[in-house]
Amino acid sequence: MLIAVGSLAVMGLALGAVLGTAARYLAVEENPIEGELKEMLPGSQCGQCGFVGCAQAAAALARGEAAVTLCPPGGKALAQALAAKLGVKVDLSAVADGGPQLALVAEEICIGCCRCIKACPTDAVVGAAKQIHNVIREACTGCGACIDRCPTEAMSLVPVPVSLQHWIWPKPFAAAA
Amino acid sequence: MNQTGGMPVAAPHTTTINSAGRVMATVMAALAPATLFGFWLYGWPAVYLWLITVGFAMLGEAFCLRLMGRQAAPVLFDGSAILTGWLLAVSLPPWAPWWIGAFGGLFATVLGKQVFGGLGQNLFNPAMVARVALLISFPLQMTAWVAPLPLFSAGAPGLIAGLQITLKGVAPGFDAVASASLLGFAKTELSRGVDLLQPLLHAPAQAWYGSRAGSLGETAAWLIAGGGVAMMFLRIITWHIPLAMLAGIAVPAAILHAVDPARYLDAGTHLLSGGAMLGAFFIATDYVTSPNTQKGQLIFGAGCGLLTWVIRTWAGYPEGVAFAVLLMNSLTPIIDSYVRPRIYGRDRKGVALEPVK
Amino acid sequence: MSMGLFDRIFKQPRWGVHPDDNKRPAADVPLRMLPPPARVYMPLHQHVGGAARPVVLVGQKVLKGQLLAAAQGNISAPIHAPVSGVVSAIGEVTAPHASGLGFAAITVENDFAENWIETDPVTDPFSLAPEEIARRTGLAGVVGLGGAAFPAAVKFALGKRLAVTTLIVNGGECEPYLSSDDRIMRDHAAQVVDGARIVMHAIGAREALVGIEDNKPEAIAAMTIAAAQFPEVKIRPVPARYPMGSDKQLIQTLTGKEVPADARAAEVGVLVHNVSTCAAVHQAVRLGRPLVERIVTINGGAVAHPGNIFAPLGTLVDELLAFCGLTATPSRLILGGPMMGTPLLHGRIPLVKGASGILAFDAREARLPAAGPCIRCGSCTRACPMGLLPLEMAARIRAGDLDGAVEFMLTDCIACGCCAYVCPSHIPLVQFFSHAKGELAARERARLRTEAARRLAETRIARLEREAKEKAEVAARRKAERKAAKARAAAEQAQGETA
Repeated sequence: MLIAVGSLAVMGLALGAVLGTAARYLAVEENPIEGELKEMLPGSQCGQCGFVGCAQAAAALARGEAAVTLCPPGGKALAQALAAKLGVKVDLSAVADGGPQLALVAEEICIGCCRCIKACPTDAVVGAAKQIHNVIREACTGCGACIDRCPTEAMSLVPVPVSLQHWIWPKPFAAAA
Repeated sequence: MNQTGGMPVAAPHTTTINSAGRVMATVMAALAPATLFGFWLYGWPAVYLWLITVGFAMLGEAFCLRLMGRQAAPVLFDGSAILTGWLLAVSLPPWAPWWIGAFGGLFATVLGKQVFGGLGQNLFNPAMVARVALLISFPLQMTAWVAPLPLFSAGAPGLIAGLQITLKGVAPGFDAVASASLLGFAKTELSRGVDLLQPLLHAPAQAWYGSRAGSLGETAAWLIAGGGVAMMFLRIITWHIPLAMLAGIAVPAAILHAVDPARYLDAGTHLLSGGAMLGAFFIATDYVTSPNTQKGQLIFGAGCGLLTWVIRTWAGYPEGVAFAVLLMNSLTPIIDSYVRPRIYGRDRKGVALEPVK
Repeated sequence: MSMGLFDRIFKQPRWGVHPDDNKRPAADVPLRMLPPPARVYMPLHQHVGGAARPVVLVGQKVLKGQLLAAAQGNISAPIHAPVSGVVSAIGEVTAPHASGLGFAAITVENDFAENWIETDPVTDPFSLAPEEIARRTGLAGVVGLGGAAFPAAVKFALGKRLAVTTLIVNGGECEPYLSSDDRIMRDHAAQVVDGARIVMHAIGAREALVGIEDNKPEAIAAMTIAAAQFPEVKIRPVPARYPMGSDKQLIQTLTGKEVPADARAAEVGVLVHNVSTCAAVHQAVRLGRPLVERIVTINGGAVAHPGNIFAPLGTLVDELLAFCGLTATPSRLILGGPMMGTPLLHGRIPLVKGASGILAFDAREARLPAAGPCIRCGSCTRACPMGLLPLEMAARIRAGDLDGAVEFMLTDCIACGCCAYVCPSHIPLVQFFSHAKGELAARERARLRTEAARRLAETRIARLEREAKEKAEVAARRKAERKAAKARAAAEQAQGETA
């Protein structure tokens, strides 16, 4: 009996040592997934994540220094995708996901100061000095950089209305627990 | 009017009248003749054992559902727990003590099915899981076969006596003929060095209607097969698994019996004894644990049959169906992943076909 | 070849299902004309492709058949006035869509005069060039009337370009309850055959195979008589099994060929057109009449007098149901058949070109049993006409693994509904697949959007850099000029001082 216990213990220790050594000396270099992460981010360099641009955010994600919920314009979908890519678990219940949003100019309030035009990272706002501004929907990513810049609060983020072409069947049993 | 709880109703707006409950009920109806015959053959103890096994199977299911916070009634009566208990009962020694049936029934539904997530989620056949657990834990009780003592015949225990047998075990003075099943007998004889050419308890004619020692499902092999064929006509099962499994047993048996009749049992005996028929038609064909495609089912059935024969011939246990089925169950996901139907417009590998004018 | 075809035709296919027919007695009732409605709502988007663009103004008087909206883009179709009268609005109506969302439609108030526009009939369509037939068909707004609503003219061009040799005329109508194709074959077989021959001329096909399910013996008889004098039009009865009317399955049954995945039928030398579409081509080319009315089946347990109605497009579903009478408030309204039809939220939805039937189910028909867990019986696998594994795809979609479902070739699914029909646990399999396909499309759109946003952001950064550089250059140049000017001034001054 002692021999049985002893021999198994020795084998366990020996194999464990082998595994540990291999983990240290034969470790595979971390693949640079930074590039792939950068591709997944919106690319509008809006700065809402706290990093200067999407490339820096991707680098931080790859290093594990940033949470996958860092990107508000990406919403829940992006957080889920990043989590899947990085292989981490994430609790998404706290992520406020209003769905895709677009900026909208309240034309009666706009004074034509051009501040939002300068702020938009994708040049989605068109207009000129003293002329009413407008948002090109196809170019707007809903990053919200323009909202705070507007001195008269004419800029707001509104949810994208569901169109017939983009409506999706809900998943069955989704209502059930 | 088309919304249920705010969600639009998707097509198709019509569906078959078939249901899972109906399927289970049909299987039970197909199993009934053999079971009733077994009741008649082995008397009241068999009836009580069956009742206890099925009852405890349902108890285990109800317990798990309550624990999970789900409604017990609709699931309990979809028939799957009853069927599991029934199949288990039919593979036990008919005069086994009550706690074998109770433990087996609980084991089958709790650890064989509910722990995996309930109906449709289990990897292994619940009845076979329970049977194997019982066989390994209580080998003595699980191999204590008795010779048939038909109901109402002289010497058969009555209602109360039967109940006593099930609850308290056979009384020492009782004149029951403990006898080995055919396969058990053959194995012990072989291990004693006696070959099979001696005039022994062969009697295949009797095996046709099963008047010999065995489990409820082992005797009356033809009633079982009849039920299985009926299920085939009713489109509950297809011919693939039963035929493949029986062939998997019969072919090696026939070959090796031809080579050395003294050492190897012939195909007919193999097919009619043990749980071969029950396994082929009722156990291996279980939807959840068998492959989805017909080609995969052929592989599965053949594997079950071959393993059954191998275990019966060379392994330490006289009966191999339960082990064989469990082993093949574990291969079902692999079979499913490699054997897929050919998709319209693609070749077997899934690559799109070349257009041919 | 014909012997093999014989076997193929009379052998019951292993795929598919055979639901209760429910076509009769509605199919046997003679065709009825709907009394002209007071108002019609013509949607601009009744076809696959780009929505049509209105060319009329509110208040404008229009004749029956007049162009209301022109085709926009390469794949599109025009819309014509189904009645003569006055355009009273260009606004929104509820679309025949599960979401209940709206889309644009032109409302025409009927003046009940039935004044047709001046049509341009052709006595001998076979003397026209194929391109001319396609042009006239396109101008008439003919689209696939079996439900797919693909612009017929675009299909003709495709067929001609790929040198299609066989036209398959789809008289399958495999969905239960529906019989509009049955009716048109029984009553107007000559129009169907003529239309088929015109289509053959337009695409350059050598023969036409008319596939009709064998549960329509009267239609088979009528079409056989009508096609008797045209040996190139062959009537081929096929086994009645859903979804025999599906293009891929019909092609395989009639010709033995399989359309490769991600390829079009034309690439195997075959083009498929519905019988009603062929009749519409006859109307458009020979009579010069655009597509403004159609036969629609009104059926279902809640309908008092079910049958086929000849009605102008744009008629509200409520009016059609009122004409046939309702025995009770319908528990469910469906546009199309029960297997693939669209659920309608209410009856204030206009009849569109692809609407072959309206079903009003009573409570018994509408009752769907509660779904249970998958018992892995494999019935769905056996039923799937495409050879997929619905149970595996649904399990993965349920767990959120869309890529796993795509690996099982979710994109090959034709959403026929056979799997959900046979499932003993009544799992809504098709809804899982529709959901997943929608999510994948949304994902692809989001990816394209992200790429576009990135390009815009990069362009902006480049622009800012360029502007900054130009600014710096201008500043440097000015600085240099000022320096030079200063130097010149200093030199002059020095010269002046020395002078």
